[in-house]
Amino acid sequence: MERIEEKLAILADAAKYDVSCSSSGSRRRNNGGIGDASRSGICHTYTEDGRCVSLLKILLTNHCIYDCAFCVSRRSNDVRRAAFTVGEVIDLTMNFYRRNYIEGLFLSSGIFKSADFTMERLLLIVKKLRLEERYHGYIHLKTIPGASEELIKEAGLYADRMSINLELPTEAGLKMVAPEKDHESVKKPLALIQNQISTYKAEKKIIKQVPSFVPAGQSTQLVVGATPKTDFEIMQVANTFYQDYKLKRVYYSGYIPINDSHSLLPQIGSAPPLLRENRLYQTDWLLRFYGFKLEELLDPAHQQLDLTVDPKLSWALRNPQFFPVDINRANLKEIIRVPGIGRQSAMKIIHARKFGRLYAYQLQKMGLAFNRAKHFISYADAPFILGAPSMETIKQAILSESTSKYASKVHTHQLTLF
Amino acid sequence: MDYIFDGSYSGYLTGLFECFERSEWDATPRSAAIPQGSLFGSHRVITTDLTKAKRVQTGLMKQLGAKDAEAFFHVFLSENPSAWTSGYKLIQQVFKGRPNILKNFGEHDVLYFVKTLKQVNRERHRMKAFVRFSKCTNGLFFATVEPDFNVLPLIATFFKNRYADQSWLIFDVKRRYGILYDQTNVREVHLTTTLAGGPSAEATSFSLDERDDLFKRLWKLYFQSTNITARRNLKLHVQHVPKRYWKYLVEKN
Repeated sequence: MERIEEKLAILADAAKYDVSCSSSGSRRRNNGGIGDASRSGICHTYTEDGRCVSLLKILLTNHCIYDCAFCVSRRSNDVRRAAFTVGEVIDLTMNFYRRNYIEGLFLSSGIFKSADFTMERLLLIVKKLRLEERYHGYIHLKTIPGASEELIKEAGLYADRMSINLELPTEAGLKMVAPEKDHESVKKPLALIQNQISTYKAEKKIIKQVPSFVPAGQSTQLVVGATPKTDFEIMQVANTFYQDYKLKRVYYSGYIPINDSHSLLPQIGSAPPLLRENRLYQTDWLLRFYGFKLEELLDPAHQQLDLTVDPKLSWALRNPQFFPVDINRANLKEIIRVPGIGRQSAMKIIHARKFGRLYAYQLQKMGLAFNRAKHFISYADAPFILGAPSMETIKQAILSESTSKYASKVHTHQLTLF
Repeated sequence: MDYIFDGSYSGYLTGLFECFERSEWDATPRSAAIPQGSLFGSHRVITTDLTKAKRVQTGLMKQLGAKDAEAFFHVFLSENPSAWTSGYKLIQQVFKGRPNILKNFGEHDVLYFVKTLKQVNRERHRMKAFVRFSKCTNGLFFATVEPDFNVLPLIATFFKNRYADQSWLIFDVKRRYGILYDQTNVREVHLTTTLAGGPSAEATSFSLDERDDLFKRLWKLYFQSTNITARRNLKLHVQHVPKRYWKYLVEKN
């Protein structure tokens, strides 16, 4: 095995716990060189865990001066270390890109020597890619916490997206597993970049030729299940970050135990909380695209999401007074709140009903989950029911019909009690 | 009434023009290349007429706008006769004064048309993702594909814009033609049995660049290293990367 292969194996493996792989949201055109950034993003392949592979996601090095218990590259962990040269990263990126393997580069790094030294090296790579290779493909760059403002501002001129991971949702949790770090070191650069983005946007309205600055916005990641935090606490943090820093995405990453050295973290062998992670993403979508408020889904009295049903259905079951929604009269906002109807089917309904009242046989073919939705809607030939059925009956009816891919998982959770 | 056309989109639109000329609203488009339909049923052979096709196309653009007009071409590329028929029915409606018919999602033909459109566009998106180029000694990047639908015409511009400074060839094995970009234009190339010079000779000499194998190995290695074993989910994997594409994907070989 050549040395470059060994390095790639180590540094890809170390980077894979960062779940972000999106390549969307940017609109970089090929300007006399190679590459562009497709607005919708492209997943070039999927690994056996079912995750999208869009970017070449690597660390520049996994040498790190920090010792965060949740991180595989932490100083005290006994793993093989490696570091790419600047030239190697560029060579890999360009050759993968030219063969259409990838949509771009996701470059992160362990912190070696100092934050500034690391950030300088990252900046050098993206600068060379853009200026020397005339590469216009997607670049996702990690902001190194603690790096100087000038470096971060310059990097933003070459990257499509920048991100810093919050990892632990609360300051107290972070202090417990990573005493050398604090939330402030994440918030500060997030605010700095957000500030720059809005400045550039404002200028663009006046002057046409303004360079783009982090056009695909910022994202962050929260680890789920490392420390005992409730879904309510996690979503509160996410919600605040969406509002305060205009983040494009918050990623939720089910914690995968990587060492047994810290007694407070789950031990190796315990399964990552995939179902919980899924429910958090569903909640995230409801907040961003379905007009839900956090208080409707989670509150101090309901701190955890229901694992057996998705959060929209769970909300519907708690709010029978909202239903039935009349498909032929209700507005879009009401229709998208119906379990089993997504935004696309809702739009189809809105268009189609202009041609006449909608019947069950039409709704069944429109691509919505009719068997789920039927309990919550009325339509032209909806059966007339005397007295509303109890929500508990509906829940049982839906659960008995559905074959959830997680059904077995929910079951095993219950079994572990014995 | 079967309308037998030559298999081209212009032929398809010519047929549509003629069904208006004759008020034959039950016209069912059939390609001469795909023999089917009843032998004894009535049929009409359509001679492709670019002027007629152009008139239909212009009319569609005027009635529906460029995007929706193009949808009919996309659905045409599905090579599915039932979808072709739905297309005919819908265009007839459009020209009979119901240009918003495409939004009537309560109707069978619309749903079938939209479903096919989605399938074709998904295949187009897949080809943007699943094309894997190999680099030849002469600098040409080539790839072979076998898409479910005839989507090469829909990805040419994408690849032209993205890989503007490298020559490339994407060859559809199933339909035996490819698109070749020479750093200026994209053109269609067909496999010829005689290799006596000509423009296609450059595309038939496939000796690989000396570093090509290294990058294939590196890509496979990356693909394995970025996988998280604790999250293994083969069902989802196969759902996203269906097995029929595997033989053209470096990382799955």
